[in-house]
Amino acid sequence: MQFVLEKRTERSNTIALVSPLIAIGLTIVTMSILFAILGKNPVAALGVYFIDPLTDSYSLQEIAVKATPLVMIAVGLSLCYLANAWNIGAEGQFLIGAVAGSWIAVKTQGTDAGYWVLPAMLAAGAAAGALYALIPAICKTRFGASEILTSLMLVYVADLFLDYLVRGPWRDPAGFNFPTTAEFDPVATVPVLIAGGRLHLGAIIALIVVAAASVLLGRTIKGFEIRVVGAAPRAARFGGFNSDQLILLTFAISGALAGLAGIIEVAGPVGHLQPGISPGYGFTAIIVAFLGRLNPIGILIAGLFLALTFIGGEQAQIAMKIPLDVTKVFQGLLLFYVLACDSLILYRFRLIFASRQVSRGTG
Amino acid sequence: MLDSTPGPRSDEAPLLQTVGLTKRYGTFLANEAIDIDIWPRQIHALLGENGAGKSTLVKAIYGLIQPSEGEMRWLGEKMVLSGPSEARSRGIGMVFQHFSLFDNLTVAENVALGLDGKESFKDMSARLQEVSNVYGLPLDPKREVWQLSVGERQRIEIVRALMQNPKFLILDEPTAVLTPQEADQLFVVLERLKAEGRAILYISHKLEEVKRLCDTATILRGGKKVSTCNPKFETAASLARMMVGADIKEVRASAGRQVGIPRLVVNDLNLEPDDAHGVRLEHISLELRGGEILGIAGVAGNGQDELFAALSGERPSRDPGTVVIDGIAAGHLSITRRRKLGAAFVPEERLGHGTAPRMRLSENALLTGHAASGMVQHGFVNTAAMLLTVDRATETFDVRKAKRDPEAASLSGGNLQKFIVGREILRNPAVLVVSQPTWGVDAGAAAVIRQALLDLAANGAAVLVTSQDLDELAEITDRIAVMFHGHLSEPMPTADASREKLGLLMGGSSLEPKEATHAVRA
Repeated sequence: MQFVLEKRTERSNTIALVSPLIAIGLTIVTMSILFAILGKNPVAALGVYFIDPLTDSYSLQEIAVKATPLVMIAVGLSLCYLANAWNIGAEGQFLIGAVAGSWIAVKTQGTDAGYWVLPAMLAAGAAAGALYALIPAICKTRFGASEILTSLMLVYVADLFLDYLVRGPWRDPAGFNFPTTAEFDPVATVPVLIAGGRLHLGAIIALIVVAAASVLLGRTIKGFEIRVVGAAPRAARFGGFNSDQLILLTFAISGALAGLAGIIEVAGPVGHLQPGISPGYGFTAIIVAFLGRLNPIGILIAGLFLALTFIGGEQAQIAMKIPLDVTKVFQGLLLFYVLACDSLILYRFRLIFASRQVSRGTG
Repeated sequence: MLDSTPGPRSDEAPLLQTVGLTKRYGTFLANEAIDIDIWPRQIHALLGENGAGKSTLVKAIYGLIQPSEGEMRWLGEKMVLSGPSEARSRGIGMVFQHFSLFDNLTVAENVALGLDGKESFKDMSARLQEVSNVYGLPLDPKREVWQLSVGERQRIEIVRALMQNPKFLILDEPTAVLTPQEADQLFVVLERLKAEGRAILYISHKLEEVKRLCDTATILRGGKKVSTCNPKFETAASLARMMVGADIKEVRASAGRQVGIPRLVVNDLNLEPDDAHGVRLEHISLELRGGEILGIAGVAGNGQDELFAALSGERPSRDPGTVVIDGIAAGHLSITRRRKLGAAFVPEERLGHGTAPRMRLSENALLTGHAASGMVQHGFVNTAAMLLTVDRATETFDVRKAKRDPEAASLSGGNLQKFIVGREILRNPAVLVVSQPTWGVDAGAAAVIRQALLDLAANGAAVLVTSQDLDELAEITDRIAVMFHGHLSEPMPTADASREKLGLLMGGSSLEPKEATHAVRA
């Protein structure tokens, strides 16, 4: 008996849709085993993770709040990945966007600056994220440096830069020596959608981003260019598309979206700049992008699902004393299974039963 | 069998037999109940169009795949092969069409890597030298492969196979990459191997060659054996009919073709290779008028790919004057700008270059149509216009496919090539540059494509065809030039271009008077 991976003549669209679900199923099975090993009841743990957060309004809003940056970043990353440009540094672009936007908030603090402050902050965040993402992109197109490594390394640069600012020049004098800026003024804050709730304007922006990316990829020549450069580089060159320009463009867009997500996070749910504003959104968004099939609508769903794991993880820590790191294990397993299941889109499994005698030559 | 040559005797067993050999991929039968007998001291041709099942059969015989049903017998006994190394140890050797050689290693190192034996490198080199001398296949074991011609590379593969002293040697389209003279040399070697009592399975679709060389021919069509016959008693036309299952339509040039103004001019084009083992284009000049088809012959790897890249604009030049399209200097322009000037291009590789394999035909229509055919408005794509191109190409060029808009990779080679050529011709180009238009395409599709090129020229376009198939060039071109080591010979009228003349040019001999006087003096 033999397992054989056989190439399909055409990619299977059914599997393309079902593969993330298979991956989620496999992840849940693995997690159940893990919970059992930790001495927790798997059914109860899974209930806390995936069911409880869906039962109250606070958690539902919180899921949307967490999904907002994930979706925005992942949509940008999906454009890169479709074009075969591997931006792994969205976390850094997120932080730099937060820093650049916060600069305006800090400088206008306590002045009578008007309603232009928030739009200016958002623009600054997006611009800074885009420029920061262009560093690895230019290194790639000019010098052939691996964008995977350079974009990843720049995450730590951004992280430490933010850390320096809030411990040094931007530290709130009235903040009891905590590494944080002062609370942003109301004009520098993203408004909430429901009074007294946590859901903010960023969620609307995320939906607009999803819609715009859908149109870009499905209906425009630029979107076609992105897809063809990634799917068949030589054919793309024959079509007259310049892959270097596209690397710069997709990195700039994804950097801008990550930067925008960063400043929205700071000016919204957090309210001030401090270290640890991201629980790894930029990295989790990579999982969201793949789980969502690099498709904007898919990413919206995947983003909500992974946001659920963040919330569920927090609740499981409180209710069942399950370590928060289990959430990261869960997310890692999920990416692993998604990528594994994706091979089924182009290949099919076949069991081959053959009773044959293998007679070896004596050479 | 009415064979006068000292061939098989009824008292002698066949060396290899397949009995009812069947290979199934899902529901598709690549080989269906094939019986074939291979006798020692015979050159056995395996004929068939692309997709007829030749490769599948040969892969089964060489142990690369397992048959689904049926069996193979070696010297009368049932044989099940665990893989190619067992096939080799039994005495089956194979020379593939696509060589598996490392460019940066020497001849001897390449041979050593392909052998299963445990002899020392020194002994192996000595034996390599000996085999290559005995069979008249000269090779320098110390040279690196990238320095060698295609014919020499093939020699490495043949010598490597012969060093295992095979009883049975399989050759897959061995002359596809050779000049006529190199092919003649190969035939001498094959005759000699036959005289030594070895069996040879010779895969080809060149019918004249098969008639000349082979003692037996087995013809496959659609995975089934159509016939086994003696090709010497058949005509090329009767063999072709068996391969295709129908008469091939004659390609016909329209009578009153007018040669008009120059539409494609190349002036002293020079181009550095873009990788270490590429070919440098040197002083290439040509002039192609509307209504004319110019053929470029040559062994693969003599700069044809580089010329295509330079003409298409995939590799633009600094000097605008090097390529002139319809009177406009275009040497510095991108491929998109050149398309807007009315040029169209068909590269050699269908999948991955001419099309994105995993994208739909409509998207592949957009790939080259986005510049100049109303498929894009204000940056938005017009799906209806893309599908219209697919439908028109399907109708005009008889593209057969399972559904209206499938992925490119799901089409057969011939049908995909008809789509690609159709996609370009429907744009009504002023200049068409096409590389290997019918490479690996079935005879029916090849006839459609050649006719389309003739019709395009008849409508006033200039057509440049690069091909290694001299018969194809003879059939459709008005003039032929030969490419060798990045140089292009002076084009000559096709009527004057004998195979001998072309063969000499393809092998690097010059026909210029300077060389002639030199020869006289010597």
